[in-house]
Amino acid sequence: MSDACTIRIVLPQHLRTLARVTGDVTLDVAGPITTRSVLDALEARYPMLRGTIRDHVTRQRRPFLRFFACEKDLTHQSPDDLLPGAIACGKEPFLIIGAIAGG
Amino acid sequence: MSKVRVLVGTRKGAFVIESDGKRKNWQVQGPHFAGWEIYHMKGSSADPDRIYTSQSSGWFGQIIQRSDDGGRTWHQPGMPAGQPPPAPGTPPEPGSNKFAYDVSAETGKPLTTHQWYDGTQRPWEFKRVWHLEPSLTDPDTVYAGVEDAAIFRSTDGGQNWNELAGLRGHGTGPQWQPGAGGMCLHTIIVDPKNPARIYVAISSAGAFRTDDGGATWKPINRGLHSDYIPDPTAEVGHCVHRIAIHPSRPGVLFMQKHWDVMRSDDSGDSWREVSGNLPTDFGFVIDVHAHEPETIYVVPITSDSERFVHDGKLRVYRSRSGGDQWEALSTGLPQKDCYVNVLRDAMAVDSLDECGIYFGTTGGQVYASADAGETWSAIVRDLPAVLSVEVQTLK
Repeated sequence: MSDACTIRIVLPQHLRTLARVTGDVTLDVAGPITTRSVLDALEARYPMLRGTIRDHVTRQRRPFLRFFACEKDLTHQSPDDLLPGAIACGKEPFLIIGAIAGG
Repeated sequence: MSKVRVLVGTRKGAFVIESDGKRKNWQVQGPHFAGWEIYHMKGSSADPDRIYTSQSSGWFGQIIQRSDDGGRTWHQPGMPAGQPPPAPGTPPEPGSNKFAYDVSAETGKPLTTHQWYDGTQRPWEFKRVWHLEPSLTDPDTVYAGVEDAAIFRSTDGGQNWNELAGLRGHGTGPQWQPGAGGMCLHTIIVDPKNPARIYVAISSAGAFRTDDGGATWKPINRGLHSDYIPDPTAEVGHCVHRIAIHPSRPGVLFMQKHWDVMRSDDSGDSWREVSGNLPTDFGFVIDVHAHEPETIYVVPITSDSERFVHDGKLRVYRSRSGGDQWEALSTGLPQKDCYVNVLRDAMAVDSLDECGIYFGTTGGQVYASADAGETWSAIVRDLPAVLSVEVQTLK
């Protein structure tokens, strides 16, 4: 039996288009469930998303993106902090949100 | 029968517009990449079905798209959807949107700094691709001009990009600084008779040339005069907006500078002003007739403070003498209450027997002339603001 958790991720529309998916993305993520491990798994499964959420070189989150889950803004927590258990067990999705900005 | 394909990049997507050689009836496809900024699209002259597109966004960064069927379908080079996850420990693959400045000891330069608005030095930081220039002979080779200013090359159809670091590192880089639009490398011209010779232009830095395929570079700005920099004749710091050549005479360059229309007859070693009787010599675009190397086109813009066409009238100006003497071309263009701009990559020509001229405006119109500029009509209007126009003549 695998010890991987199945995580649900909600992508903004433009990233769903790039990844050629509709609806939520589900991914098996092994080990501690953190923002970093979730994004690593997402980019491994959908390599066309590399560089769109985190800068290729610095690996920093793009400034106009936010990470929400369980009605909390997790954007500014360490990428290595554990995510809430409800995400790890797939009850709640991990949301990647584009900031409301621009014309 | 010949066909013409017009590639239009806009603030909110890409459009592919086609007509037969009569250039009267146009079919518009798009928007592709709806909602994204399309700074530039360009087809390969070695394989006209191969088109490269720069897709970017303030939210999601830079994407490179490629079509291998003339713009009907697109993909990110080397990135099919739905791949299984790699085995643990597998090194990450390079991405077609990865533009990393070359800092390797063997081929690169240290990550040098450039001037920032406050006078301090700041390291180069990649922002977006402004211009894609396919090789004239190999569809898999393409150059990218990026912000912060540098030139990259891919030799595998856009899957992997490597910087030609000799430009950023040749010595004057620390003197470059961004203008209001960013420090972008927007013009790339590969000499059709000598592919080792490449010209580039950078906003607020100037024009540069390599004669060895990109290993070494030098500024080519002698003769430029810019009152907006402390030393108006400095080696670098000139805000070049666009350079164009005729393929039969690649040593003759025409430049639209921030102010001034310029010409060089010695591959950029020296320049002279040819603004002549233009109503204003501020502008962005410049292009050359497909069959007449001394016939050039510009669209004068009122000033750097009033970035719309002069006197409320949209007029293309043509010189048949390589500059100095200019005539207004306005038949079919709005001559009242018009306040659009025409941006630097938004003019192109076709190579049919009677040369066609095309340009797009910030008001979303794309105008075409099938008679070298004598008469004009809109082939599409009400698009988002047009950032770039390129034309493919298909036999």
